[in-house]
Amino acid sequence: MSDEAKRLAVRKTYKLYVGGKFPRSESGRSYQVTGSDGAVLANASRASRKDVRDAVVAARKAQPGWAGATAYLRGQILYRVAEMLEGRRAQFADEVRTAEGGTRKAAEAAVDAAVDRWVWYAGWADKIPQVLGGGNPVAGPYFNLSSPEPTGVVGVLAPQDSSLLGLVSVIAPAIATGNTTVVVAASERPLPAVTLGEVLATSDLPGGVVNLLTGHVAELAPHLASHADVNGVDLTGVDDDELARSLEVAAAGNLKRVLRRAENDWTAEPGIKRLRAWTEIKTVWHPAAG
Amino acid sequence: MTELSTLLSGLPGVDRVGADQRAATLATRSIKTTAKAWAIDLAIRMVDLTTLEGADTPGKVRTLCAKARRPEPSDASCPSVAAICVYPSMVPVAAEALKGSKVHLASVATAFPSGQAPLDIRLDDTRAAVAAGADEIDMVINRGAFLSGDVQRVYDEIVAVKEACGKAHLKVILETGELATYDNVRRASWLAMHAGADFIKTSTGKISPAATLPVTMLMLEAVRDFREATGRQVGVKPAGGIRTTKDAMKYLVVVNETAGEDWLDPDWFRFGASSLLNDLLMQRQKLTTGHYSGPDYVTVD
Repeated sequence: MSDEAKRLAVRKTYKLYVGGKFPRSESGRSYQVTGSDGAVLANASRASRKDVRDAVVAARKAQPGWAGATAYLRGQILYRVAEMLEGRRAQFADEVRTAEGGTRKAAEAAVDAAVDRWVWYAGWADKIPQVLGGGNPVAGPYFNLSSPEPTGVVGVLAPQDSSLLGLVSVIAPAIATGNTTVVVAASERPLPAVTLGEVLATSDLPGGVVNLLTGHVAELAPHLASHADVNGVDLTGVDDDELARSLEVAAAGNLKRVLRRAENDWTAEPGIKRLRAWTEIKTVWHPAAG
Repeated sequence: MTELSTLLSGLPGVDRVGADQRAATLATRSIKTTAKAWAIDLAIRMVDLTTLEGADTPGKVRTLCAKARRPEPSDASCPSVAAICVYPSMVPVAAEALKGSKVHLASVATAFPSGQAPLDIRLDDTRAAVAAGADEIDMVINRGAFLSGDVQRVYDEIVAVKEACGKAHLKVILETGELATYDNVRRASWLAMHAGADFIKTSTGKISPAATLPVTMLMLEAVRDFREATGRQVGVKPAGGIRTTKDAMKYLVVVNETAGEDWLDPDWFRFGASSLLNDLLMQRQKLTTGHYSGPDYVTVD
């Protein structure tokens, strides 16, 4: 036994997920990620302003195709993602536990809830138009139809506390309705997000629909909030009041939709608030026959 | 052998690997802040805003002319572009729309893009465009003749077209994507310059590859050496495939490092492009406002 060389484990490089690919940060920077016990887990890429720029380009490129896909197809693809999530259950449970601490059982419960949440939103993909849209009675010989349309490219600052369930709860509703996203993962707990990127890359989700960046929120968020080619920004993951306020001001520059921070209980059923947040109602008048 | 073919075959061969590498090295230069702002404005002034589609309409040409005069309507400090480049049938429309501005009017002619028509038809094409108001003519060379070795014929045709141009500037399109080798690019450049070209232009934009950095660099070397040999300065115009500000910056670096500052001027260097202008404008907005712009803030052409 002593003659045999001990096997060296292959260590994983944690990269970004942009446009369906896994690049390192263009800046070449990385930062140390520690577990809840303070032990060093890995070096994650520290995304820069230019990574935000590239991610927005990728998201914009993917936008027409994703918004143009039928709601049914989007739903099917999201189900497929849920299948892949389920297949990596053990890995996610490990990562969530090292990131957030707590018991193995709690971590597994969080992963299960995340998969269920994804399936829940997958089901909504082709049902939300019936809830938010429909035929409107008008005083004239017209059909008047309203339907929810995707907002476009949405910048998502993912929650800092819940590294997988929270992340899934902010991404899934945005893409279910046909938006594409640039997501800044939880700064201190980015590893489940990187693994989620691997799941998304191996499901049928087109590249660029979800772009995942790891790094510091305070550094990346202002560029996302002020970017004129981003149509909405979700401030859930901003813990600092002053920063949140400046982001809202920056977002007003091109009249972005802003989803403000709120207390979120990620385990509770979310309702359609987040689905509604990233849609615009389009109403069409059409002459009735006769 | 004629004098011309002796001259052309006497040109030194091009080291392809070396040329590619030199261009790639120059492309790594980083241009930032005030230099970038200067370069963006220069690049805007160098754009030949082009529409060469079968589906071109007078309306589209007029819209493009308006954009050429004021690329950034909300910012008076933004310069206008160098020229509009259209098909001969659209020249009267463009001439009317550009009246009173300093924007030049270029027309492709000589049975663009193939050049495969009898010579007198190509000459008539040229005369018609000039008569309708074009002050720059973009002609294509006869690649079939060039590739089969009949350089004299190519030369004579360029001379004839130059004569038909009268006072209008002549840009000679080499269509480097069809010339197969860098040696041919160098020969065609010298041939065109000797025949009287005011500009040599890489491509029609209709075939791939269009303009590339190494090919443009070769042509810039040719105009530099030609001026040294004859005292006459000739311009260069890469066209096709240049879509981003980053690309344009690379070209400007190559111009400066190869031909020199004398060519860093819209009279001596142009970009044949359509989508490039929007990207330049977005980058310009980024520098002015400090945040990234998007396609919603430039026109849809």
